[in-house]
Amino acid sequence: MQQLTEIRWHARAGQGAVTAAKLVAETALELDRYIQAMPEYGPERMGAPIQAFTRISESPIEIHNNIENPSVVVVLDETLLPIVDVARGLGNGVLIVNTCSSPAAVRQALHLGEGTVACVDASGISQETLKRDMPNTPMIGALAKVTGLFTVDQVAGHLAKTFGKKFSQDIIDANIASVTRAFQEVQAS
Amino acid sequence: MPTQKTVAVTGNVLVAEAFRQCAPDVVPAYPITPQTTIVEEFAKFVANGRVHTEYVTVESEHSAMSASVGASAAGARVMTATSSQGLALMWEELHIAAGMRLPIVMANANRALSAPINIHCDHSDIMGARDTGWLILFAETAQEAYDNTIMAVRIAEHHDVMLPVMSTLDGFITTHSIDRAEMMDDETVAAFVGSYVPENALLDTDHPVGHGNFAGLGGPYFEFKHSQRLAMERSRGVVKSVGAQWSKICGRPFGVVEGFGMEDAEVAIVVLGSTAGNARHVARGLRESGVKAGVLKIRCFRPFPYAEIAEALKGVKAVAVMDRSESFGAEGGPVFLEVRSALYDLEKRVPVVDYIYGLGGADVKTELIERVFTDLGEIANGAAAPAGLVYLGAR
Repeated sequence: MQQLTEIRWHARAGQGAVTAAKLVAETALELDRYIQAMPEYGPERMGAPIQAFTRISESPIEIHNNIENPSVVVVLDETLLPIVDVARGLGNGVLIVNTCSSPAAVRQALHLGEGTVACVDASGISQETLKRDMPNTPMIGALAKVTGLFTVDQVAGHLAKTFGKKFSQDIIDANIASVTRAFQEVQAS
Repeated sequence: MPTQKTVAVTGNVLVAEAFRQCAPDVVPAYPITPQTTIVEEFAKFVANGRVHTEYVTVESEHSAMSASVGASAAGARVMTATSSQGLALMWEELHIAAGMRLPIVMANANRALSAPINIHCDHSDIMGARDTGWLILFAETAQEAYDNTIMAVRIAEHHDVMLPVMSTLDGFITTHSIDRAEMMDDETVAAFVGSYVPENALLDTDHPVGHGNFAGLGGPYFEFKHSQRLAMERSRGVVKSVGAQWSKICGRPFGVVEGFGMEDAEVAIVVLGSTAGNARHVARGLRESGVKAGVLKIRCFRPFPYAEIAEALKGVKAVAVMDRSESFGAEGGPVFLEVRSALYDLEKRVPVVDYIYGLGGADVKTELIERVFTDLGEIANGAAAPAGLVYLGAR
């Protein structure tokens, strides 16, 4: 990966994108990276489209603005694709979408030329592992695979540590299973 | 031996940690976005017994500062936090705190003022408090907000100062972003700030004193104000020496102004708060392509470091001042007015342009900073400076 990785998260409020932005930053911190994670704050309404941002760098991060030219865009809800320009400023970066569709179909729907498109059924995985639609942690697994930012063990290790304070072992295990499955099942082209 | 741990936390969480480590006797608290998580986190520390503070929940910011004034006059170390409309509601008591020479430390999450309603970052609130007699520090990052807050306690309580200090951080951009920072161990901070020994405590009944009395006709009010001016002047040296001492312990630099590329800069941006980072990021890139770009960050706004600013800018060909607040009807924003005034005594006139930017949290895109440097380059090459201020990026 290049020296500064900028990740923009698109989701609907309540899907855990802010938590995901934070988890990814914290996982990178454990690898001694410099990090930033911030949501774009607006009126908080369940289900409304939101953005969050993560920056990861080898050296201190000086910029504090929103991410306009992301290296990676993660979309937690495919119903946003027709209504939010998720690929804005992405260039030849990586787009990762929670969907049952194929990368080729997403690429065609969004008229994307350059860059990588990756798809994973994060909601489906979450329904099976967590018994509810919580696509944020599986999307971190997909992100790890497609970008090479982390190994599955690094993501799982951090999840166990941070979730260990709040959640039961069953929930932690289910999240780690989500991450692992998404890491294995994500398709990129 | 000072030991620091690397943390990934928001600016507000780190400021709350600084509060805890400074162990205030009293914290009167009232929530307001985007400051709320400071008093919220601090309330948890109190509830969990991690700090022994009298935590006073009040019904407004007017009362928060009134309670701060009362507790500080009684002899307590007092800290509080606010933002925006809350700071505005404290207006009367801000003057009283400074006039009574009470070393209160307050964090402010810099935020726009209504109307229209907006909860996001600008410096309208804090610039409204610039003449209240408080010292005012600005932070670029969560790290600086933490360091400034710890230093603020020492500065405020210094015998030669005895004035309240505001430690400010940019709303949401710094208060709510998770950032990498170093947190000092509790013992080192406790030893650095020391314990507060009030000199004129109301509760010291063996030495009865009055505070804030009537000082009417005949000059005593005038003398009080003069002594406040002298204390603020003395604080210049104290801010620097406390900054140098903390810097030595934590290993991070502190200056009332901090320059990037100012040694040979031909064009320079003067800026407060988080945008200093954006400006430095752009200047760094421009330097790689041969542009002698510089950034001068003002970290201490009151007392205003006019001598340091004049010294840093004296050889620059064109200067931009970034104002994140308005002073409607004035020739420019508050920072512009002070910077240009600081340059008045220079032998060689330096062109200064004022850019109003980022009001109500308008995003400070990289291209906007690039545009400022482009403008400056043209002025440095002989183009006329724009007449009047520029609303940067306004549609």
